[in-house]
Amino acid sequence: MRKSDPSPPPDATAFLNARLVDPASGKDEPGGLLVRGGVIADLGAHLRRNAPDGATVIDCKGHVLCPGIIDMQVFTGEPGQEHRETLKTASQAAAAGGVTSMVVMPDTQPVIDQVALVDFIQRRARDNAVVNVHIMAAMTRGLKGQDMTEIGLLQRAGAIAFTNGKASIANTRVMHNVLLYAKDFAALIAHHTEDPDLIDGAVMNAGEVATRLGLPGAHKAAETIVLERDVRLVEITGGRYHASNISCAESLAVVRAAKSRKLPVTCGISVNHLTLNENDIGPYRTFFRLRPPLRSEEDRAAMVRGIAAGDIDVIVSSHDPQDADVKRHPFAEAADGAIGLETLLAAALRLHHSGEVGLVPLLKAMTANPAKLLGLASGRLVKGAPADLIVVDLGLPWVVDKVQLKARSKNSPFDESKMQGRVLNTMVAGNLVYQYASADRS
Amino acid sequence: MTSAIHPASFVRRHLLTCEGLKAGEINALLDLADKAAEGNRQVIKKRDVLRGRTLINLFFEASTRTQSSFELAGKRLSADVMNMNVSTSSVAKGETLIDTAMTLNAMRPDILVVRHHAAGAVELLAQKVDCSVINAGDGAHQHPTQALLDVLTIRRAKGRIAGLTVAICGDILHSRVARSNINVLNTMGARVRVVAPSTLLPAHTDRLGAEVFTDMSAGLEDADIVMMLRLQKERMQGSYVPSTREYFHFFGLDHEKLARAKPDALIMHPGPMNRGVEIASTIADHSRSVIREQVEMGVAVRMAVLEAMARLLPNH
Repeated sequence: MRKSDPSPPPDATAFLNARLVDPASGKDEPGGLLVRGGVIADLGAHLRRNAPDGATVIDCKGHVLCPGIIDMQVFTGEPGQEHRETLKTASQAAAAGGVTSMVVMPDTQPVIDQVALVDFIQRRARDNAVVNVHIMAAMTRGLKGQDMTEIGLLQRAGAIAFTNGKASIANTRVMHNVLLYAKDFAALIAHHTEDPDLIDGAVMNAGEVATRLGLPGAHKAAETIVLERDVRLVEITGGRYHASNISCAESLAVVRAAKSRKLPVTCGISVNHLTLNENDIGPYRTFFRLRPPLRSEEDRAAMVRGIAAGDIDVIVSSHDPQDADVKRHPFAEAADGAIGLETLLAAALRLHHSGEVGLVPLLKAMTANPAKLLGLASGRLVKGAPADLIVVDLGLPWVVDKVQLKARSKNSPFDESKMQGRVLNTMVAGNLVYQYASADRS
Repeated sequence: MTSAIHPASFVRRHLLTCEGLKAGEINALLDLADKAAEGNRQVIKKRDVLRGRTLINLFFEASTRTQSSFELAGKRLSADVMNMNVSTSSVAKGETLIDTAMTLNAMRPDILVVRHHAAGAVELLAQKVDCSVINAGDGAHQHPTQALLDVLTIRRAKGRIAGLTVAICGDILHSRVARSNINVLNTMGARVRVVAPSTLLPAHTDRLGAEVFTDMSAGLEDADIVMMLRLQKERMQGSYVPSTREYFHFFGLDHEKLARAKPDALIMHPGPMNRGVEIASTIADHSRSVIREQVEMGVAVRMAVLEAMARLLPNH
């Protein structure tokens, strides 16, 4: 640095001695990064050891410095179910897990289907959340799958995508009109694909395990049927479509075929479906009761290959806080869902450590890809991008302890699991919102 | 003969569609309508062109202005006019369209004016009767006299139709007015645009001769004519558009969007209007609004059509 450079303002932070990993470009090289004014001011090998005068220095000790995670599917309990999770507690869990942007789902009480409610979430997030909160608004009123919401006005109010939450739209005509209408606004439609009639009464994947456990199973075709219909609708409407959480090889084949036909179709998967399977349910463990249900090991392995190949675009936590009142029940009577904000990265890193997925494609599915889908400026290491960053020790071993988790509900399928890899620092817009060491001490 | 007056006159037994109407035919009707409009502004409005003739208004779908406009047009030409509101009569008792037509035919009318909720119904009826038939609107298919009164209004205000840019905005999907206007305006050399959300656009509208816009501001850019269409209430509650509020925000004609059109752009609406849904109240009453002139020209154009047809009636 030349001496004539003005000394940086006090908000400058320098990450030194880092392994810079930018999933968007594929760059993975030693260097440093300077944050100023909440954005990435400079980065590269020349900053590896040199911090400008006055800057706060964070020594990365050779650990990975990469964009913060963008989690496209986070359920909270705010408004309406604050005893399960608030935007504040979810954001604290997010920060501890390296998630710098969380996209909250509209499945609340009331459903986020009106401009005033988008505004409410934005204000609550601004005042209480420590990470970025983006809103996926309902695409039908009350998530009932009948009347479309004010997609244009909701988008203007700040909704970054539209979804029917945990429910598929059964009425094909409604789905058609929503895709067609959303196209005029270039709005992304993220859809949970499970035929409501086919899964009615089912509590897990149909198959040998369900048969042994004596539980009603949902055939994975319930997922693929809706997905195939939707792809056909995308073809005739031109609407942007994202299958929120696919879980089986057949669905992946449908998405691949749609992409090869240049249709605006993408897909996501929860980290649970990449790292767990139906056998984990074992003796009726309700924390493994999810939607879509955990599938067979063959399907899980196919999905991992889909991530490695880049055919699956996004990995989400599908963080879904449920309290003991609804989870401590016989399996068939318990609620669906598992928390995951704090374990998303660590669980995903299992695929890296096993050699199944490279670090860059793995991180890309949690940073650059969701950023591109949602039109966010974050998710990449470039000058001018928001300083939403995480430092990750890929090798640090730890054991998940639900008591230590910051999420208000403790329904983690990874409780007591051994993990390798942990977020050391989380920065959002230039502010450090989580530090592993200090959290440890406290 | 009539052709001595109008070199390219309108010589058709029925008026069922605007598709295929020639520019000469349209101009002949508009010239006749101009004269009728002049006559309608006199103290004595009545002529005896249709004296002794019977005109039946056969409306299978409720209508106020089109029906009264035809009724007045017929009366001003001295026809005996009968209004049949079929939705409350024999059809309600189970009679088929064809049987109703044959029954009326037996009463020997000279001209039938028909509106029906099903596209193609008026044409079907025309095949079964001996008299002349005028389509007063069939489903989402055609409404020929509406398009003719619209181009008459434009021609009188602008002095021409050729070369003008006309933006038709709103529920194109369900609109017979839009389809008839696309036909007539293209024939007369105007540039036609349609502006609507994708959910209210029928497939391949471009192939009918209209440039398609889903962004209203872009669609109104430099337009000479802004023609608004009515959006029915049952279509604005989530099925085709989310709400009246959102529809008005993106597709309602307000001052901001109108500013994109030419400074002397005309504002048109076939009525009845939903103020605050497709058109701001102040725009409806704007100095450039010709919505009331459209109603006046409606009577004149219908007189012109009846007069042209009278020349072809038997025993003329």
